[in-house]
Amino acid sequence: MIKAILIFNNHGKPRMSKFYEHYTEDTEQQIIRETFHLVSKRDENICNFLEGGLLIGGSDNKLIYRHYATLYFVFCVDSSESELGILDLIQVFVETLDKCFENVCELDLIFHVDKVHNILAEMVMGGMVLETNMSEIITQVEAQGKMEKSEAGIAGAPARAVSAVKNMNLPEMPKNINIGDISIKVPNLPSFK
Amino acid sequence: MPLSISLITDTVMTPSVRLQEMIRVIRSARTQGEERGIIQKECADIRAQFRQSDNGERSHSLAKLLYVHMLGYPAHFGQMECVRLIASPRYSEKRIGYLGAMMLLDEKQDASLLITNSIKNDLSHSSQYVQSLALCTLACMGSAEMCRDLAPEIERLLRASNSYIKKKATLCAVHIIRKVPELAELFTPSARSLLSEKNHGVLHGAVVLITELCEHNPDTLDQFRKAVPELVQIMKGLVTSSYSPEHNVAGISDPFLQVRILRLLRILGHNNDTASDAMNDLLAQVATNTDSSKTAGSAVLYETVLTIMDINSESGLRVLAVNILGRFLLNNDRNIRYISMTSLQKIVQSDHNAVQRHRGTIVDCLKDQDTSVKRRALELSLALVSAVNIRSMMKELLIFLSTCPPELRSQTTSGIFNAAERYSPSKRWHIDTILHVLTTCSFTRDAFWNLVMLSHFFNLSSQQPLVQVACWCIGEYGDLLLKGECEEIEPVQVTEDDVLDALETVLQSHMSSPATRGFALTATMKLSTRITDNVDRIRSIVSIYGSCIDLELQQRAVEYNALFKKYDHMRAAVLERMPVMDKNSPGHTNGDTSGENKEPDPSKPKPVEAGLLSEPASQSVQLQMKAPSGNVIPAHGLGQVTQTVVLNNPNKASLPCLFLCSCLSH
Repeated sequence: MIKAILIFNNHGKPRMSKFYEHYTEDTEQQIIRETFHLVSKRDENICNFLEGGLLIGGSDNKLIYRHYATLYFVFCVDSSESELGILDLIQVFVETLDKCFENVCELDLIFHVDKVHNILAEMVMGGMVLETNMSEIITQVEAQGKMEKSEAGIAGAPARAVSAVKNMNLPEMPKNINIGDISIKVPNLPSFK
Repeated sequence: MPLSISLITDTVMTPSVRLQEMIRVIRSARTQGEERGIIQKECADIRAQFRQSDNGERSHSLAKLLYVHMLGYPAHFGQMECVRLIASPRYSEKRIGYLGAMMLLDEKQDASLLITNSIKNDLSHSSQYVQSLALCTLACMGSAEMCRDLAPEIERLLRASNSYIKKKATLCAVHIIRKVPELAELFTPSARSLLSEKNHGVLHGAVVLITELCEHNPDTLDQFRKAVPELVQIMKGLVTSSYSPEHNVAGISDPFLQVRILRLLRILGHNNDTASDAMNDLLAQVATNTDSSKTAGSAVLYETVLTIMDINSESGLRVLAVNILGRFLLNNDRNIRYISMTSLQKIVQSDHNAVQRHRGTIVDCLKDQDTSVKRRALELSLALVSAVNIRSMMKELLIFLSTCPPELRSQTTSGIFNAAERYSPSKRWHIDTILHVLTTCSFTRDAFWNLVMLSHFFNLSSQQPLVQVACWCIGEYGDLLLKGECEEIEPVQVTEDDVLDALETVLQSHMSSPATRGFALTATMKLSTRITDNVDRIRSIVSIYGSCIDLELQQRAVEYNALFKKYDHMRAAVLERMPVMDKNSPGHTNGDTSGENKEPDPSKPKPVEAGLLSEPASQSVQLQMKAPSGNVIPAHGLGQVTQTVVLNNPNKASLPCLFLCSCLSH
């Protein structure tokens, strides 16, 4: 079972945290801090498995992590998961994010953390691996996104459109457009204020 | 701020824009205090939002609250809002509501009960995405109550829905069984039929469900053994299928599913000949055909090896498995080396000889850079020590000890001591090893405890010098011994009384030579500054010996008594711990027996300049090592090889305090 999935940057700031067991808010933050502390000490070329003395469960649990540019992806799992399999899963997760965000970078994760949650929900459910086929995951995520947009579009479009147009800064319309011989009289349009 | 036209169509509608605004503002904070202030203001806004009636802004507010929660700020006031949003007819609001429920609610909150009804309704919703939201939330935070309520719904979905929902319902069922084990029977019939699905996601879920059912109930396990041929078929299909781009990871067809099936086969084949037989061919096929150049292939191979070792497989297959692990050990990828050592650890008891063949490689891994790999190699090496290889293994382990990282040190020393105790070829080798450990790393409690145990043992067999060594140790480092637990197999808390008992035994034993008694008395005296409770007992011991027949002992006792009475203020300074030896200090004469640095032991405290103590009698502080009278250790009781020990220390400067080992060559 996967106990938690954490994404944080090189300074330990959490970018996404998902816990599949319940902890208090304080404990959750402690776990993130402790995990960052353990993982950031590791060299680049040593193995991706860490174990021993973790807040999040003790001797049965392992941290499996991957470091991409400025982000750490950490999965905390117990002994029922295959370590190498989880490593591959992290890879699939990151590639999926890459496809969904188009060359994903840390800023994408910062500003669209809800979308990251939605993508993850198609891959891991209740601490268990749900789907590992990337195209299937992306299809579902896109379908759900469309559903959200269409729903919001039907309900809220008129109100939003008005307020948006009100805020538009159109340049002042000229009264006369002179192109040489042709002179077009511009009708008197009400100002958009 | 003006909005350009394109933004209207894209992101205005979803919760994200408001959220992004807030994120931007929070990130602009330059200090932690500023961030807290901003977040407090935002939370106040959010609270106000929640209090208003429905105006379409709720989902934005909840999204903001969840972000704030991720940063670690309290968000419990959003719990009821989650409940409200889940009940909304709109998908976007439901979605954020369910996400909030997963993050903020748990079974201990009352609010979680309130969403049971919503989940129930949503499970039969016309849109599969709404159904999936409900399933996901139930699987993440469903309490036992909720699970009991909703189990029949889930079972229905398991049988009659599309594959997207089926796969989610399956995992939901796993969660239900974990929460309410009695419900396992409800899902058993449908689980079996799921194996005939073609969709990999559903298959994967089905295998997980069956695994869970089997682990819970041995009867169910028997039932599912009949499914072994079916599982073997599915595996064969995966292994031999040609390139299928959908599930392909680095050339392996759906390695995740393969690994799951292998794990289930392991459980089904364990301790059962028929089932194991049915799998033998398949396992051989997977073991030989899988390409292990990438992680995906290695994951499958590794799982295969574990399965082979755990079922009643034929011996040829087992040898193949261990050889695969051996190959993994030589792999460049550290992850794979680590994994293979983990699995070798699991089988080292049952297939000891097979693993012994790879001992060389394992010992080499002790020198790896990576601490995780080192740790594994250490555990494995300790498990591989036997009477046959004890000498060579110990050499390697001692080399390792001198360079090992601090967090592994205590494990290494305990392991070495255990191994030495079980397999040492001779007593002398045993003692040598212990002392080598003590000199290599700073005094650990383990080392100490072992020495004390040894001394007790040897006390009965008149190995006087060893007893003397032990006494000296106890005197010098008694406080360390008492300070904490030692990490032996049966952790023992040593009390001051225990220690004093040990010393008194030595003092009173008729087998102790006068010299040994002298050591014991001095050690007892030293302890008076190192312990807190039993100083009176020490005083009484010392005063008793003030009238002892033995002159040496009497003199010491009288002097120590004086230290207690008239010169109590100097006692601490006089009995201070010896500083660590500098090998190049003057007056250091090396006796070079068996290559160890042996230094004689000053059996007295440092002489005080004021000369308050009278000149010690026979055993002076100045000891010098002389050549032993012979190089052969005689058989027990057939004579002695003596080696006198004299230490020169004309400067009376920091006395060396490396061990008294010369006494060993008796």
